[in-house]
Amino acid sequence: MQLFPCPFCGPRDETEFHYGGDAGNARPDGADVPIDRWADYLYLRTNPKGTAREIWVHMNCGEFFVMERDTVTHKVLSSAALGGEHVA
Amino acid sequence: MTTRYSAFSLFKEGLAGQTGWQPAWRSPEPKLSYDAIVIGGGGHGLATAYYLAKNHNITSVAVLEKGWIGGGNTGRNTTVVRSNYYYPESVELYGLAHRLYEGLSKELNYNVMLSQRGMVNLCHSTREMEIGARTVNAMQINGIDAELFSPDDVRRVAPIYNFSPDARFPVFGGIWQGRAGTARHDAVAWGYARAASRLGVDIIQNCEITDFIIQGGRCRGVQTSRGAIRAERIGMAVAGHSSVLAAKAGFRLPINSYALQACVSEPVKPILDTVVLSPGCGVYVSQSDKGEIVIGGGLDRIPSYAQRGNLPTLEGVIAGLLEMFPIFGQLKLMRQWAGIVDVVPDSSPIIGPSPLPGLFLNCGWGTGGFKAIPAGGTLLANLLATDEHNHISRPFDLDRFASGRLIDEAAGSGIAH
Ligand SMILES: Cc1cc2nc3c(=O)[nH]c(=O)nc-3n(C[C@H](O)[C@H](O)[C@H](O)COP(=O)(O)OP(=O)(O)OC[C@H]3O[C@@H](n4cnc5c(N)ncnc54)[C@H](O)[C@@H]3O)c2cc1C
Ligand SMILES: [Zn+2]
Repeated sequence: MQLFPCPFCGPRDETEFHYGGDAGNARPDGADVPIDRWADYLYLRTNPKGTAREIWVHMNCGEFFVMERDTVTHKVLSSAALGGEHVA
Repeated sequence: MTTRYSAFSLFKEGLAGQTGWQPAWRSPEPKLSYDAIVIGGGGHGLATAYYLAKNHNITSVAVLEKGWIGGGNTGRNTTVVRSNYYYPESVELYGLAHRLYEGLSKELNYNVMLSQRGMVNLCHSTREMEIGARTVNAMQINGIDAELFSPDDVRRVAPIYNFSPDARFPVFGGIWQGRAGTARHDAVAWGYARAASRLGVDIIQNCEITDFIIQGGRCRGVQTSRGAIRAERIGMAVAGHSSVLAAKAGFRLPINSYALQACVSEPVKPILDTVVLSPGCGVYVSQSDKGEIVIGGGLDRIPSYAQRGNLPTLEGVIAGLLEMFPIFGQLKLMRQWAGIVDVVPDSSPIIGPSPLPGLFLNCGWGTGGFKAIPAGGTLLANLLATDEHNHISRPFDLDRFASGRLIDEAAGSGIAH
């Protein structure tokens, strides 16, 4: 069992966490957003082999946070609350 | 020299001391250019090369594989072949694959050991039975064989299932497809490789694509660990690594890569002669021809390129297995492994031109593309040869994500993901 660092609770079992997508995938704003931009936001993913910046949620406490991880070794590189104030 | 496999050639080689067998495929040095290049020597890539030669008479073709052929998901999968999908588009696609599978051993002169032992998807409540009936109706309307099973029918095909009154997932019935079954995964890769090689295709192993040659906005070749190789038409079928190559070609795909794991027990005497899937337990099981119990389940829930399984998912799968078949508590596990699968939001593949002209896609099969290999190969070959979709591949184009015409087979893909 791998431990992931929740910025609020500290290291917890991987099974308590849920993956929430690429970090930095901002929702397009405005009424005249072209269709391709919506498709990009909704569906296209970077899916990197190596270092990834991802949104995760710790389901037990509800904390959403950004985790930097290596997708080949599964090593956690950093974890920070979305607001940036707690860093584990 | 023996090139055709038959009972007669077996007999002849027996008398000749097995001295006349030839390697099943040639391993030539790569040429500087081809009419077409296929990236990825899994089932889909090899089948593409075979159908390019056979259906379209294009024989100046190279399959470029970074490791050994069949070493990706094709050689790691649990080999279930079926076509019990819901939407008409999927039925056309998987139905074509299923029909081609039925004639494949003969067509390739290679025994792919297709065993149509039938498969039952269990229903564990009255609600699931209602959905089951809807699925069976849809399949029958679409011309795919399907039957709604009663609990007694399930008991008949899988008597060792846990029918005890206190079972966590009692059986209310199931969705039966009699033509479903299993095939030998390596044989599918090797059979296509051998047949393609005999038609003139070059199969190049240990040849990793590191970049694309892009000139005038068009893909004109690839850089590889064995030098530059040019072609005006390039198809890629690299499963879990599709996003990695797409990034080199300058675009993104609607794909996340995850590990999907499986395991097998020690071989035992015949005890299960069908494929059983329990959505409740999150597990599907069959028995291989060697006697091993082959066990599959859901995805590891962490995006990954690690090509190994994680313990929590394995524990969940084994727990589900023992709930389904308490008798398997006596088994010893022999091997456990994982493949990196390309998961798409609507659980349907992507077949069609890529945003880079000259480069075509066959990916997004996720947890279920072994059953589709003959169709994936036929359709990518058609695209490479004609530059156009046919009516079967058209709905699976990448443009469905912008148009919103998704083909959501979350249920048809079998195990939740
Ligand atoms: C555990 C498991 C169980 C499964 N069970 C089933 C099942 O029961 N039924 C079913 O229908 N499907 C199943 N699947 C899914 C199925 O295995 C895949 O969808 C299918 O094999 C994909 O075939 P492919 O040829 O596209 O990919 P692969 O067989 O993965 O081939 C892709 C090839 O591309 C090569 N490659 C990658 N990058 C490069 C590069 N840069 N240069 C050159 N080559 C490269 C890889 O080495 C690999 O050999 C399962 C998968 C797994 C992992
Ligand atoms: Zn927490």
